[in-house]
Amino acid sequence: MDVYLPIANLSVNGLVIVALGALTGILSGMFGVGGGFLTTPLMIFYGIPPTVAAASAASQVTGASVSGVFAHSRRAGVDYQMGGVLVAGGFIGTLIGAGLFSLLQRLGQIDVVINLLYVLLLGGIGSIMARESWQTLRAQKTGVPLPARKRRHHPMVASLPLRWRFYRSGLYISPLAPLLLGMFTGVLTMLMGIGGGFVLVPAMLYILGMSANVVVGTSLFQILFVTMATTMMHALTTKAVDIVLAVLLLIGSVSGAQIGAQLAERLPAARLRFVLASLVLAIALSMALGLGWRPDEIYTVEAL
Amino acid sequence: MRVLIALLAFFALTGARDPILVPEVSQHEIQVRQGFTGTELLLFGAILTPDGTRAGQDYDIVVVLKGPTRSIILREKQRIAGIWVNADSTEFRSAPTFFAVASSRPIKQIVDDKTAAIYELGLPWLQLSPIGAYDPAEQARFSAGLVDLMQREGLYKEDSRGVRVSEQVLYQARIALPSSVQTGGYTAETFAISKGRVVASAISRVEVKKLGFERATALFAENYGFLYGLLAVAISIGMGFLAGRLFALV
Repeated sequence: MDVYLPIANLSVNGLVIVALGALTGILSGMFGVGGGFLTTPLMIFYGIPPTVAAASAASQVTGASVSGVFAHSRRAGVDYQMGGVLVAGGFIGTLIGAGLFSLLQRLGQIDVVINLLYVLLLGGIGSIMARESWQTLRAQKTGVPLPARKRRHHPMVASLPLRWRFYRSGLYISPLAPLLLGMFTGVLTMLMGIGGGFVLVPAMLYILGMSANVVVGTSLFQILFVTMATTMMHALTTKAVDIVLAVLLLIGSVSGAQIGAQLAERLPAARLRFVLASLVLAIALSMALGLGWRPDEIYTVEAL
Repeated sequence: MRVLIALLAFFALTGARDPILVPEVSQHEIQVRQGFTGTELLLFGAILTPDGTRAGQDYDIVVVLKGPTRSIILREKQRIAGIWVNADSTEFRSAPTFFAVASSRPIKQIVDDKTAAIYELGLPWLQLSPIGAYDPAEQARFSAGLVDLMQREGLYKEDSRGVRVSEQVLYQARIALPSSVQTGGYTAETFAISKGRVVASAISRVEVKKLGFERATALFAENYGFLYGLLAVAISIGMGFLAGRLFALV
């Protein structure tokens, strides 16, 4: 089924794009991450211009996180106060990201920076997750329970001035910490077209020390608003949001997300996390090797 | 006065011998709309003497289809500290978005390099108007890189057997346009060449344009970025919400 993309200026096989959306949707439903970290590189690999891919992937993440936010808010799994601070940081982050994006584009280093960021982030987060889930699996097998983790935020967070009470998260910390975290993910969203869920969730758990039952809901809440802001920012600055491409991706991802959420209930959580960690590490490794290998295209064209 | 007579005589004599070309294109307007996967243009025509009879002589025909030009930056990756990064770049003021040459014989056998360069007959003779790099070797490297890249994307092509001339009168060439062609005005220039000299040329025009929904979307995104962004956001939220509702029923 050939579909012509009016902004990307080329025709693609619509079914391939829907399948791509479904794949990332299933992942996002299963693991509570946006799945943008898979969509953007796969679309670029398929031949869609990188800017259009990054700009349109953001709206796909919006769609995939909407139903998640509703589901979590019904069972009081969203800390709106914390979410609000994160969103505010996220908005500032998208502004900074937009500036960085055009600066790097002018310097011609945008794709190198994006690839490096992917390798560092996916590699780092993947290793942490792999270690944690492996330990849990081992503990389950041997029957020796893991020592209970003392839920405490990072000492650097405690040293920040001005403290607020976040009741649902069970925290009494400075709002500057989540604000900075929000800004960081906002920049990532703008640069890489990802929601930043796979950065936010571990950071909320291990750096902020939020209680686990509000982490996924609150991170989805933040992702929802930040990806909306990113789509707007791209629509205003790069004008690279392809609405036809976004709709195709959405068809796949919103249904995939539902299927993924149902699958997640049936499969053991620790094993699931280990699978995701391996997947993330595999992508990071292939991208790391890709940096050193001779690329397929030595030359790239950019219109002035 | 003598010069004038000489000139008149020159034109009268050469004019009498030089043929005229009557070119035509199968489509003067290519419509890019939903389901557009590219198209094939048939460029055809006739070679006649000025009085409208058969020329009765073998001519070589070269057809050049050229898309709108644009300014580009061409970046070159190099390996620095083990990583491939964009290291060198050059700017071209007039890089065509599409360029296809079809000829009845390989260009090298039809004309010499000088003539080929003057009329832009063939990919090595593209007039890209480089700025920045003045070193000829460097310029040549960048142009070759661009041509190679665009060739593999199907946007630049050269077909040395692409033109068929039948009965010394009719010629025809087929040129395929991929779905990724830029919209705008295209020119199809036909050259009749005899003994290494261009004896006649004619231009016909082709317009590639987006129509209907595709045109509306492109214009909307370009002119009303804010509303377009809002629409994209609304669609994503709507679809996410809808899917949640639908699956809750199942």
